[in-house]
Amino acid sequence: MNATSGALQDGGVSRRRFLVSAAEVGGGLMLAFIFPAAARAAWISAPAGALPGEINAFVNVGPDGTVTFIIPKSEMGQGVYTGLSQLLAEELECDISGIRIETAAVAAVYNSPGIPAQFTGGSMSISSNWQALRVAGATARTMLIEAAAKNWGVDAGACRAERNFVYGPDGRKAGYGALAAAAAKIAPPDPKDVPLKSPSKFVVIGKPIARVEVREKVDGSGKFGLDVRVPGMLRAALARPPTQGAQAMHIDDKAALKVPGVVRVVPLSVGVAVVAKNTYAALRGRDALLIDWQALPDTTMDTDKLRAQYLDLSRHGAALVARNDGDAVSAVQAVGGKRVEAAYELPYLSHAAMEPLNCAAHWRPDRCDLWTGTQFQSPDRAAAAQVAGLPPEKVFIHTMLLGGGFGRRGNPASDFVREAVELSRKIGGPVQIVWSREDDMRGGWYRPMWTNRLRAMLGRDGKIHAWHHTIVGQSIMAGTIFQGMVKNGVDPTSVEGAADMPYDAANVRVDLCTTTAPVTVQWWRSVGHSNTAFAVESFIDECAAGAGVDPLEYRRSLLTGPNESRHRAVLEMLAAKSGWGGPLPAGRARGMALHASFGSVVGEVAEVSMQDGRPRVHRVVAVIHCGLAVNPQMIAAQIESAVNYGLSAALYVEITYTGGKPDQSNFDNYAVVRISEAPTVEVHIVPSEDAPTGVGEPGTPPIAPSLANAIFALTGKRVRRLPMIRGGKFSA
Amino acid sequence: MQKLNINGKIHSVDVDPEMPLLWVLRDVLDMTGTKFGCGRALCGACTVHLDGQATRSCVLPVSAAAGRKITTIEAIGDTPVGKAVQSAWIAHDVPQCGYCQSGQIMSAVSLLAKNKSPTDADIDAAMSGNICRCGTYSRIRAAIHQAAERGGAGS
Repeated sequence: MNATSGALQDGGVSRRRFLVSAAEVGGGLMLAFIFPAAARAAWISAPAGALPGEINAFVNVGPDGTVTFIIPKSEMGQGVYTGLSQLLAEELECDISGIRIETAAVAAVYNSPGIPAQFTGGSMSISSNWQALRVAGATARTMLIEAAAKNWGVDAGACRAERNFVYGPDGRKAGYGALAAAAAKIAPPDPKDVPLKSPSKFVVIGKPIARVEVREKVDGSGKFGLDVRVPGMLRAALARPPTQGAQAMHIDDKAALKVPGVVRVVPLSVGVAVVAKNTYAALRGRDALLIDWQALPDTTMDTDKLRAQYLDLSRHGAALVARNDGDAVSAVQAVGGKRVEAAYELPYLSHAAMEPLNCAAHWRPDRCDLWTGTQFQSPDRAAAAQVAGLPPEKVFIHTMLLGGGFGRRGNPASDFVREAVELSRKIGGPVQIVWSREDDMRGGWYRPMWTNRLRAMLGRDGKIHAWHHTIVGQSIMAGTIFQGMVKNGVDPTSVEGAADMPYDAANVRVDLCTTTAPVTVQWWRSVGHSNTAFAVESFIDECAAGAGVDPLEYRRSLLTGPNESRHRAVLEMLAAKSGWGGPLPAGRARGMALHASFGSVVGEVAEVSMQDGRPRVHRVVAVIHCGLAVNPQMIAAQIESAVNYGLSAALYVEITYTGGKPDQSNFDNYAVVRISEAPTVEVHIVPSEDAPTGVGEPGTPPIAPSLANAIFALTGKRVRRLPMIRGGKFSA
Repeated sequence: MQKLNINGKIHSVDVDPEMPLLWVLRDVLDMTGTKFGCGRALCGACTVHLDGQATRSCVLPVSAAAGRKITTIEAIGDTPVGKAVQSAWIAHDVPQCGYCQSGQIMSAVSLLAKNKSPTDADIDAAMSGNICRCGTYSRIRAAIHQAAERGGAGS
């Protein structure tokens, strides 16, 4: 879910596009900030008298002074509750620790600015709300101050707000709660006239505020999707097709029904559900089903065969052109310069969030409730409505904490939601479908498998005369709600990070060969960038080696354009903080990579040794330029996270297929990084007062190439295929 | 009927003796702090204490837990070490998505109960059974060291 395109770059929406609506609700001030087109639909679909409980308000100041912040974004660890609260609290002048967070219902008013969907992804929650939430806070503050001034008979300009109180010129003060009802009667100011603080005045933004929901995440009280308990709720496990599209031709459920606790067996449009009183019985019942599956004729998917095809396509496949400056195709064949060519291969990947997928649904003839951790509220609501046979406004999604998302919980087909609604409708009661780890890992919707071929011609000065990059792989966006991003057949996420590769070159061509394969694919933390960063940043290192120039110097000499100021700032800070070129313990080497994604630039230097024939990453120094750092502590945590997430992919994990079936099933054969393998990660942030850009994803792309480049520096061997360790053995 | 001593309270549950303790806690007793992650003792999300020992509840038949002292995340803060670990977790802002953290904390408390000042190698050995996909590992390490310093003093 890439959203680095222009409209969102400047921190989201223009203030002129807001509508502010204030209402007195229960003696408090309720403020809604609405986009005109979306607003009408939302308000009309709201049943009369639905306020205050249901929809539309972003901020509510209650008569007791409690500030309630209704957040339409999903908290999956990225710190969105904290970051968004900071934006609001800064201008509302309220105590951030006192903010009560409520998860939003699904309504058009909560759509992501500029995109007609309510979802969390694309590392854009902060950037797209940067303006909106500060305006919201400032508007509420202005109205509260005005209410106090009116009450005191003084000039509002002589009053100020601080930590949930308004102070008058003579030292009088009044709490927000006491002012809320009066404030609700004041006409909201025009948003464009509301003054916002300059960054030098920030007291909440830019500070390392602790995660607002940390306590419930250390005492077990936090409620994730799997933790929902609805009265009368049954649990279900699904026997899922062993190969994609296989149909259950015959179901023998005798043994399953004998498992104590199993209530019934229900065939669904995909798979067969075993419904039980508890999860254990459901899982045991599922295992006891005897099903004859009829496979589709074309599901003899085999990754080795696909790999050979992709390599072939990378040489001479029919491709669409994503970028074409000069004449790179001829120029890379020219005589006289130094020619460099390499192919880089990346596998399918499962997201493997710690909380297996799940969804609880309660269908009734007149409404349907869903409890799940989703990143994709409005597409899920639409899908659920279809399955439920109800209008969307009769479907209520209760967004729970997400036990990891990484993209998987925003499923293009709403797979984990549809099946729950279908089952609840069929059994006529509340039910939760629990995916086992094996279901989750084998359920498809993987990061695509990709092959890249890069060819370059270096000039006599060693610089890049021509650069030709061919990318082979499935489209992520085709067929999703973001289908409209695909232009002239080119899915921009397939070529992001490649078509906009930042290095100076007279002739550049980027080709895309979009494939089809019987494997469902989906965005995986950083979308196309995890592929293109590995290819581009490995290859630029190969070019540097070909030119006989230090990798840092080489990059510096080729990042001279007007759009690369962030790259340059990151590179220089990275050189300094990593001690590039300085001494290292014996047997270690450094490698670097830097990559722009989601509006930000991240550079990483990995320090690597070889232990027992395998690479070991000891230390990673990371530098991020993400505009104004709203929460440096959260940014550091996200980069640490992204490095470890990317390191699992670089070193260990892949989904492979044999005979149409995924070979991996659980954490024994999808062996992600554990604490003993996790490097020290040092994060440095380039100071900036630019509007904030993405943080959650941009740390992932650079780790694999920085590791591969370090291995080259250490051993002289290039690793061009991920994961680096397959079948327990490291192979370069 | 299984008699279980959970967090100092006796619960009688009428379940299949083979049912893993995890599902008894979560589905029968509605104690949802203990998490399901893999079902095969590979990820540690389901870690509880059995007589103080970190144990993967997803593969432990409930009958094997009968008559023993079961402690879960819901009550670990009542112990001095548990409290110190939770405080250190907050001080280092360890959790991200938070799903694995119940298990991480239970493993950390079990380690510190036996080893008042663990080395990094001790932490690796005790904590390698607990996966965190958010990669909070360096903060977990730092928090365990902090809890060791403060918890060791019996705070």
